[in-house]
Amino acid sequence: MKLHIKGGRVVDPASGRDAIGDVFVSDGRISDDFQKADRVIDAKGLVVAPGFIDLSARLREPGLEYKATLESEMDAAVAGGVTSLACPPDTDPPLDEPGLVDMLRRRAKALMRARVYPIGALTVKLKGEALTEMAELTEAGCVAFSQANMPLPDTQVLWRALQYAATFGFPVWLRVEDAWLAKGGVSHDGEVATRLGLPGIPAFAETIALGALLELVRATGARVHVCRLSTAGAIELVRRAKEERLPISCDVAIHHVHLCDMDLGYFDSQCRLVPPLRSQRDRDALARALADGVIDCLCSDHTPVDDDGKHLPFDEAEPGATGLELLLPLTLKWGEARKLPLAATLARITSEPARILGVASGRLAADAPGDLAIFDSKASLRVAPESLRSQGKNTPFLGYELAGRVRYTIVAGNVVYEA
Amino acid sequence: MQRNPQLNAKGELQHLLSIEGLPREVLVQILDTAESFVGVTEREVKKVPLLRGKSVFNLFFEPSTRTRTTFEIAAKRLSADVINLNIAVSSQSKGESLLDTVANLSAMQADIFVVRHNSAGAPYLIARHVKPHEHVVNAGDGRHAHPTQGLLDLFTIRHYKKDFTRLTVAIVGDILHSRVARSLIHGLTTLGAPEVRVIGPQTLMPAGVEALGVRVFHDMRAGLKDCDVVVMLRLQNERMRGALLPSAQEFNKHYGLTGDKLDLARSDAIVMHPGPMNRGVEIDSTVADGPHSVILPQVTFGIAVRMAVMSIVAGN
Repeated sequence: MKLHIKGGRVVDPASGRDAIGDVFVSDGRISDDFQKADRVIDAKGLVVAPGFIDLSARLREPGLEYKATLESEMDAAVAGGVTSLACPPDTDPPLDEPGLVDMLRRRAKALMRARVYPIGALTVKLKGEALTEMAELTEAGCVAFSQANMPLPDTQVLWRALQYAATFGFPVWLRVEDAWLAKGGVSHDGEVATRLGLPGIPAFAETIALGALLELVRATGARVHVCRLSTAGAIELVRRAKEERLPISCDVAIHHVHLCDMDLGYFDSQCRLVPPLRSQRDRDALARALADGVIDCLCSDHTPVDDDGKHLPFDEAEPGATGLELLLPLTLKWGEARKLPLAATLARITSEPARILGVASGRLAADAPGDLAIFDSKASLRVAPESLRSQGKNTPFLGYELAGRVRYTIVAGNVVYEA
Repeated sequence: MQRNPQLNAKGELQHLLSIEGLPREVLVQILDTAESFVGVTEREVKKVPLLRGKSVFNLFFEPSTRTRTTFEIAAKRLSADVINLNIAVSSQSKGESLLDTVANLSAMQADIFVVRHNSAGAPYLIARHVKPHEHVVNAGDGRHAHPTQGLLDLFTIRHYKKDFTRLTVAIVGDILHSRVARSLIHGLTTLGAPEVRVIGPQTLMPAGVEALGVRVFHDMRAGLKDCDVVVMLRLQNERMRGALLPSAQEFNKHYGLTGDKLDLARSDAIVMHPGPMNRGVEIDSTVADGPHSVILPQVTFGIAVRMAVMSIVAGN
């Protein structure tokens, strides 16, 4: 299959290229060698970019198919231009055995949509007690190890896990939150939580855990990716750690660069997220740090939750929001607000996550995987349950009118989505 | 921000969910209406026909004796039919969701739901899902609000002090977990009380409480100085020992209202307590039963205030 994408605005964040031109895909890879194509796509007026790479998307399989299925969520991924995604291990059972990982990978591959990179459980059943067989899991296809949203309060186990991972060079992806300080909390501990009477999680629950983690990175040399930052204080710690050249990277979720605790309004359970939406000051600091590169990339933190999980009082509601199909429009919205060039904006969901994942996609250079997203940056999308393919219809952005609609998604040279 | 869910399109009270966000006029209307019901509760025949033929469902997802009883009396004095449901031990334990419970009761033709729930915001969720002719009255939701308690506190203060605009009010004790404190603070700031103080140890103060318009004191003696009104909060048994406080005795020593501490307030200060009291913990018996105490009148006024709230929402 040879594809000729003609006359689009080609944006390749890795090289900085942003010009009208053509892209050719041959045998599943980007090619310089323009030959007679099997299919020509007229991309006039559209942006041609590397397919998006999402570092956190829950597919809910195995075990949680009542919330979403691999099929529904892979549909959502390609409808959102996402060609690669990493899925956290908090399935049921968790991804702590090679057999489960292997099955998930094979099921995903058979669907022929986005590429799926499973993140293995760092500890057995995510209980934070015993290490998983990381080498076996890596062989089965795990690209990193994490606790998803489960706590790891035992610092002895955390230390040993990092030592073990560092021994073999396995990356560890962790969300930072002190389990004791976060206990029982459902919102940012601040004026809004005080007014609403919601149990809070103080900002220092994040900085304390991050401080401890950075100390362990110093001690072990483990390669750590810090997931879903939510506070201004954590950004400062990361900034200093990067200056020190510690082997760390980090991401933020699309919700946290756009929303803050004020958006809870009158107990809107759509805003029940993990980590909690924090203050306006935190949100602004996150949006800024993502622009200046302290935060490496943006992820959807896609978490399909059904209505039964959301039609509950705020503290009882299930945390999470759908996001795969909102990743592009919310990234564009962020980039526009920061007045960034399109290539710099898209880098946060293409070349940067590719670097963290250690994959060759996320760029348009010759011989790179033929994964592309072709989108109309002006066409708008009204966020409504019926406009989302994901089985999870819940998001704080319901009712928003957002710019950025994907027209074609191409994975390994195959058109897997067009609209 | 969404429209205030308590008010209908005309700005009238559709539900009572929180004192926060209610205009001054609405608060005054409730207090004035309650004033007119005080007479009723003192008559020999203690009934008015305002809610005749209406059904009031008391939905208590959390145990309560006093609040539930006063709502029941208030509804009966308005001639409503009252149905008490102690959900804590019925359908919720069978796994029925909150909204299913409400939908089922709604099918039994309810007019007013009086709701107590341990989750902050639960009455908002219910109010979003009831039919247009149904009304929700919050009888306490988590740490968030207890608006009828706040209103009866305001009523009591107005009864004894007349004018809010010269008052110094101190609220003492466990502010962190108190829905009573939050509701009263919003009521006092809306009605123009110039100084509202909260007194307690740091462990019982919520983050950024100053944003509610209060001054924070950790020294009770300094905080009580020249107060016109002292509101003592109940300290829950489970909080008397642990990470928040070392012991009830030590709490009493620093934050219990004793006669000598009360002497620092104005000579005509009133002492209030939402009940039930822990004598010897947050309040000494000499004060609770003393000349400054208006704790029992609070209970009586509570009935008139709840009659006012139910009659107003049902009429809108």
